[in-house]
Amino acid sequence: MLGNHPVGGKFGKYGGKYIPETLAPAVEELESAYEKYKNDPDFQKELSYYLTEYAGRPTPLYFAKNLTEHVGGAKIYLKREDLLHGGAHKTNNTLGQALLAKKMGKKRIIAETGAGQHGVGTALACSVLGLTAEVYMGAKDVERQKLNVFRMELLGAKVHSVQSGSKTLKDAINEAIRDWIANVNTTYYLIGSVVGPHPYPMMVRDFQSVIGHEVKQQMRELQGRLPDAVVACVGGGSNAMGSFYPFLDDQDVMLCGVEAGGEGIKSGKHSATLAAGSEGVLHGMFTYLLQDECGQVTETHSISAGLDYPGVGPEHAMLKDIKRARYAASTDDEAIEAFVTLSRLEGIIPALEPSHAISYAMKLAKEMSKDDIIVVTLSGRGDKDVQVVQDYLNNKNRRKKKHAK
Amino acid sequence: MPNRIAARLDELASRSECALVCYVVAGYPDVKMSQDAIDSLVSGGADIIEIGIPFSDPIADGPTIQAASHSALEKGVTPEKALQLAKSIRKRHPDLPLLAMTYCNILVRVGVEKFMAHAKECGIDGFILPDMPIEEAGAYLQAASKLDLSMVFLASPNTSEARLKNIVKSTSGFLYLVSVYGITGARKSFEDYTLNAIKNAKRLAGAIPVAVGFGIKTPAHVRLMKGAGADGVIIGSAIVDIMSKSSSKAKMAKELVNFAKSMKQACKK
Repeated sequence: MLGNHPVGGKFGKYGGKYIPETLAPAVEELESAYEKYKNDPDFQKELSYYLTEYAGRPTPLYFAKNLTEHVGGAKIYLKREDLLHGGAHKTNNTLGQALLAKKMGKKRIIAETGAGQHGVGTALACSVLGLTAEVYMGAKDVERQKLNVFRMELLGAKVHSVQSGSKTLKDAINEAIRDWIANVNTTYYLIGSVVGPHPYPMMVRDFQSVIGHEVKQQMRELQGRLPDAVVACVGGGSNAMGSFYPFLDDQDVMLCGVEAGGEGIKSGKHSATLAAGSEGVLHGMFTYLLQDECGQVTETHSISAGLDYPGVGPEHAMLKDIKRARYAASTDDEAIEAFVTLSRLEGIIPALEPSHAISYAMKLAKEMSKDDIIVVTLSGRGDKDVQVVQDYLNNKNRRKKKHAK
Repeated sequence: MPNRIAARLDELASRSECALVCYVVAGYPDVKMSQDAIDSLVSGGADIIEIGIPFSDPIADGPTIQAASHSALEKGVTPEKALQLAKSIRKRHPDLPLLAMTYCNILVRVGVEKFMAHAKECGIDGFILPDMPIEEAGAYLQAASKLDLSMVFLASPNTSEARLKNIVKSTSGFLYLVSVYGITGARKSFEDYTLNAIKNAKRLAGAIPVAVGFGIKTPAHVRLMKGAGADGVIIGSAIVDIMSKSSSKAKMAKELVNFAKSMKQACKK
């Protein structure tokens, strides 16, 4: 059973706990606390209360009729995580972990964020549960996701702009780990994706699996069967893992992860870790990385800050190797096109991250029959991205005009 | 030939001297100057040299060493260039114990045993990997025992007694006791828990010497650690600080010699 992973903290050979010794007791403490609470009915009841009454679960599984007709292939359903409180799937995990932290008696929460969605998710969970939140965010991301920075501050979180390295998500994680090492006795590190040392990849997957479980149930109610394919974007890979996990042992359901192809894999400017990476150790885990031949982790590129990460969750690494899931990439251009298409056809402005998944699902739908069903996890809403998209389209128009002259 | 690290520590223990372990980032500010810095530290009295092989994501390092590593990487310093530095140091100092300090991925990328064998050829006597816990160290330990390299593992003030015993079992050369909850970087003072951690580690380490690192920058710090029972002190950020602030090569050399002398003096008391 694939669903039994991790075994001994590993997904096949991936995962593990490559961490400084100071963190070993904290990770052990977390592991035993999670083991204790994950099957605790009171904990689950409380989490379920917050997920439904506070965050708005279950989210709809919406049949995108116009998009389906436009593409002219398989039926496309959207799992509407964009409607979850906070505007993205991140809230599933932040409520789960913040509640766990509270049970563990940790009052200071730190987190990293790329696009700012996990930062916002952390800030709101801490606010409602009475915890303090400090969020590390790469300086480059602070610049391109200003709206989310202000949202975090409004929610009472302190945002630290990280100036080191490439000034993006990977460096924000480095800085959060350093904070954790220094404040290990009082601080809970709330990781936002299925990355990091064991038990994080497992725990975040479990909290996000509510997405896939709902899809399964909703699909049965709507169509009386499972979908033929589940498509989700992959940066670290939490919304994808949460969507895939309940289907891992349903071999007839095709699982597709879509990474950020940036300016194209050949350009070298992308974040397609599974498509173009190699094995290595980063942020406490053995997984696929984008790195040079010496083992230096390389800078990534994506129009979407949330996918701009040179590593990937270890469970995805395993699923790729055993071919249980397939991984593709959508470029910046393709993601923007899908962003605009979905906005116009369905009146839904998606975040740039799931726009990558939508773009790929449109291609996939064309290759499939009209009776087939694809579920795309629409992991977040696009308000945070409108400025980036506007600038991108303006630049493109300018380039076009120049070219025409 | 016995491992140079063990030999040097035995010799120092027989004189009740604390070992002065000095860390230099390979290729910072450039390869030649990092080589000169090692020469200066050795002439001032450094007993063991740690060559830092720069890595893009040094999660256990504070701002000082992060900046130095970043600058070295920007200048194109590769692990191979760092090992060539080790080779030239080895030529000039045949008996000097030399450790390589870096992060797991540098070894994993080319193959753990392959990298370690090449490092050994270049004169490296052992390794320190701050993100390699004993649980993940199977291949690493196997290669080390085959190549007779010292495996310096780290312990922290919050390491449990049971875990510390297991770490000691995997350790050779010396145990690297992290002095504080935190990352590398010079500090003004230390709290009692550091001294208790040293006493505790000494009690559990048996025949394995205990060296203390992170934050040590003055002779008073050295005396404090020695007083608590440390067999060695590890100095990193304080050295990088001197190197980054020196206005000329000659000044840097002089300052490093004097710094090492004052620290070594404290090791002897």
